[in-house]
Amino acid sequence: MLNSGDTAWMLISTALVILMTVPGVAMFYSGLTKRENVLNTIFLSFVSLGIVSLLWFLFGYGLIFGGDVSGIIGSHQVGISLINLGSASKYAPTIPEGLFAIFQMTFAAITVALISGAVVERIKFSSWILFIPLWFALVYVPVAHWVWGGGFLQNLGVHDFAGGIVVHLTSGIAALALALVTGPRYDQKLMPHHLGYSVIGTGLLWFGWFGFNAGSALSAGSLAVNAMIVTNTSAAAGMIGWILMDRLKTGKPTLLGALSGAVAGLASITPAAGFVDIGASIVTGLVAAVICYLAVSWLKPAAGYDDALDVFGIHGVSGIIGTLGVGLFAVPALNPSLTSGGLLTGSTSLLVSQLIGVVTVTVYTFVVTYLLAMLLMKFKGLRVEREEEIQGLDINLHEETGYRLT
Amino acid sequence: MRKITAIIRREKLEDVKDALELMGIHGMTVSDVKGRGQQMGIRESYRGMDYCVDLLPKVQLEIVVDSEDLERTVEAISENARTGDVGDGKIFVTDVIDVVRIRTGEHGGDAI
Repeated sequence: MLNSGDTAWMLISTALVILMTVPGVAMFYSGLTKRENVLNTIFLSFVSLGIVSLLWFLFGYGLIFGGDVSGIIGSHQVGISLINLGSASKYAPTIPEGLFAIFQMTFAAITVALISGAVVERIKFSSWILFIPLWFALVYVPVAHWVWGGGFLQNLGVHDFAGGIVVHLTSGIAALALALVTGPRYDQKLMPHHLGYSVIGTGLLWFGWFGFNAGSALSAGSLAVNAMIVTNTSAAAGMIGWILMDRLKTGKPTLLGALSGAVAGLASITPAAGFVDIGASIVTGLVAAVICYLAVSWLKPAAGYDDALDVFGIHGVSGIIGTLGVGLFAVPALNPSLTSGGLLTGSTSLLVSQLIGVVTVTVYTFVVTYLLAMLLMKFKGLRVEREEEIQGLDINLHEETGYRLT
Repeated sequence: MRKITAIIRREKLEDVKDALELMGIHGMTVSDVKGRGQQMGIRESYRGMDYCVDLLPKVQLEIVVDSEDLERTVEAISENARTGDVGDGKIFVTDVIDVVRIRTGEHGGDAI
């Protein structure tokens, strides 16, 4: 039975998540790069939304949510013309199917946009354009089907409320693989040219995340409210956690640290927002901030990969933490889709299935993305020329400059 | 005492700074400038319209040295700022009448 309250909320949620990509992620990223690359950085996110929006209704939605073949992939194409706007999908029984479809599209778009952060300041624009549809089809579509569309991971009991696995883990792991193949920048210093953009980006992300998490309740009721509360709490805990880490390790709390901690909190609560309560969200946000801090400040320099804007370090790691957190903290009373609670309720089965989900998707995403990147490098090249990288991408790839300072 | 005014490519600043530091020269003033010599402009394109921007962004370094350090300083800047392409920049050398360290009030060579 279609419900107009649920439908109204989901319409808004859809728009909120679009805002997270455009310009949320775009601004967050572009403040962190060199001034000569500001436009290109933004462009990578914008074009992700453009391309995914089109592919979604061509084949994406159908292959994820349109039936199931052996738990691996969806079974039929459901183009926009085939979606009967008056009827509902079994995944969201109180809203029109078209709305469920476009809401889900926004998740695919942001997942792709997030990956760009690892390869900014050196990736060839045409190669990025090619990467998007290929990665979307080969990684996002199958993984989303496995976890959300009736696939084998969902059947194994893997629970991902709003995308800890489907969005953050996949984008984080793909970012790592792509960064490894693309290679490091000549200048790897993190010297943000305009932190103000990153502040705006974080604000839009925090705001939009209510659509991302609370919207994943697919209804306007107490589940959405729980998701909103734990989302905000985890963001706040993450921010405080990172500020404390900054103070401990380098002496001064930093604004960029506060922003990064908030994002880590938001990303880590994503898989858990409809399954855990407020106490768990405080722990989740704090733990995510601490571990992500170590991932970006210790692990990355030690291992030497140039994940330029810490997509793996923040989104990938937070996704893992939050997904496993579901296995620890899930409260069945909050959500009827939970057949058992987390470890705190005395049951280990959920933790086991969460672990299976994380490992499976990590391995699959890494291998496929790595191979895809190698193929692109071989047949097209992934990087711009050295002189273009040093001089800046905006003027060389787009014949535009972000600033006219003199 | 001599003043060196060097106009170089923005992306070469780090190399030049590192080379000067190795020589023991730390003091300098750096500004963002725009200008042209023989380098043709760059093209910018907005909504189908092309524009030629021929005042290009460069970086200007100003350094004051003792006369006996002049030649090796100019050499260091020149070598580290060079790419071989048109647009590498220019170095101007001028005479300096006096230098004062504001903190102590010292004059002349000691104040450099």
